Amino acid sequence: MKILVAVKRVIDYNVQVRVKEDGTGVVTDNVKMSTNPPDDNAVEEAVKIKESGKAKEIVAITIGEEKAQETVRKALAVGADRGIHVKVDGVVEPLAVSKILQKIVDKEKPDLVFMGKQAIDDDCNQTGQMLAALLNWPQATFASKINVKDSSLEVTREVDEGLETIEVNIPAIVTCDLRLNEPRYASLPNIMKAKKKPLEQINASDLGVDTKARIEQIKVEEPPKRKAGIKVANVSELVQKLKNEAKVI
Amino acid sequence: MSVLLIAEHNNKELRPFTYNAVSAASKIDEDLHILILGNKSEAVAKSASEIPNVKKVIHIDNEIYENFIAENYSSAIIKNADAYSHIVCSANTFGKNLMPRIAALLDTSQVSDIIKVISADTFLRPIYAGNAFATVKSNDKKKCITIRPTSFEPAPASGGSAEIVKSEPGEAFKNSKFVKREEIKSDRPELGTARIVISGGRGMQNSENFKLITAIADKLNAAIGASRAAVDAGYITNDHQVGQTGKVVVPDLYIAVGISGAIQHLAGMKESKIIVAINKDGEAPIFSVADYGLEADLFEALPQFLEELNKLNSIQK
Repeated sequence: MKILVAVKRVIDYNVQVRVKEDGTGVVTDNVKMSTNPPDDNAVEEAVKIKESGKAKEIVAITIGEEKAQETVRKALAVGADRGIHVKVDGVVEPLAVSKILQKIVDKEKPDLVFMGKQAIDDDCNQTGQMLAALLNWPQATFASKINVKDSSLEVTREVDEGLETIEVNIPAIVTCDLRLNEPRYASLPNIMKAKKKPLEQINASDLGVDTKARIEQIKVEEPPKRKAGIKVANVSELVQKLKNEAKVI
Repeated sequence: MSVLLIAEHNNKELRPFTYNAVSAASKIDEDLHILILGNKSEAVAKSASEIPNVKKVIHIDNEIYENFIAENYSSAIIKNADAYSHIVCSANTFGKNLMPRIAALLDTSQVSDIIKVISADTFLRPIYAGNAFATVKSNDKKKCITIRPTSFEPAPASGGSAEIVKSEPGEAFKNSKFVKREEIKSDRPELGTARIVISGGRGMQNSENFKLITAIADKLNAAIGASRAAVDAGYITNDHQVGQTGKVVVPDLYIAVGISGAIQHLAGMKESKIIVAINKDGEAPIFSVADYGLEADLFEALPQFLEELNKLNSIQK
């Protein structure tokens, strides 16, 4: 079995994001970037499945500017076998990302495609489901547990009401939740070894996918600030404030 | 122009957020139709027809819709999509799973999780865990939109009498199968719609200690929330998680106990009307969004809090 894992480079989850003064976006210069957190879970799960003997090859793919390939190198360092970097500058909407991934799936013919359930930059939560639609494959979204069977996967999904289990036939798309596993760290020797693993670069324009934005970003602004609150001295003052000032209890 | 809303329901009744989605959808255009895909779901279609904002109900009843599998839903939705300029649903796990599948089949770039309708093609949506708001304009002919339910008031449930039109099911998808659902039953208000939410974080230390929170929740008729750290640590189940990748809540009162206030948690609660933080670390970021901060050991503060509540003559429900 072959697993394709898609990873995205985003502003690191610990960075306090700042809006640009001219309203055109958020500040990305000199800001720490890393792999989108649930994409790390997707890579980890693929590696675990390979370690269990159920998968033979893991291909990691990213789509984005030159530096995006750092995320593929990281995936290679924790156990992916080879990488693909589809080079494209600027914002690529999930629909275009899924069309690019569809082209790569047609070529690579993986049995499974894994990725994070949501990117923490645009918070869209779309790409996996869109790719599943374009391929007419089943989709197992928000996965917190995956059980690989002979020709199917049993997937536990985190939904608003609790947990749901579905069974999807392979080939399938899985989007991963943060609770699926604990991503490992790459060891220094493995980081060195990853530099020698093959990483193929493809220009998005060569794939014949139109990556032009369909959604115009008119402006980006700071959300309204909350008024500064107060510290209360003790519990009884707190309860009095809630009762008599805020009038919420 | 007309709008098709995909209803979320449990085959017996509409899920509460469908009413919030209705009011958002009717801000896009008044010609709002609602599509019910379910199994033995006549009661759902009837409730939908009673919402005054709804002009028409399309009801497709078939066993393949029993468990709301997106792959089955999408073929029926595509069959009915021609007449509509907008297809919308709630941005909860139901809609997040479903809408992108429809959008891709319609070759539309979806606008996710809108918090305001500016015009029929322009919307406001949070990005970067709510640290920025983006105004976006969709240039696709047909628009696919998910709505953050807590940003819109629920539409009234009665007073209308829209026509109910039966329609034929779409193709069944053979490669996905529902196995089971483990729903956590509770008499408490739902986390997403509760007037008061009390949440615990890593500071709770174990699941046993959550009973301190439960006791206060009982007293206040509140829903119980949790930070991701508390869910990851196994103190409480995932359906309680509030935050960027969990639920977004906007209660009148949000009480954060032993929660430091990571960006990802703030994303799920900082629009609450009144925020209380109880934390022994006075520097915790949660205090920056709190209207009332109490720097205290939660194991002393929570029992005192319950005691003080017990002293009150009356508590709003």
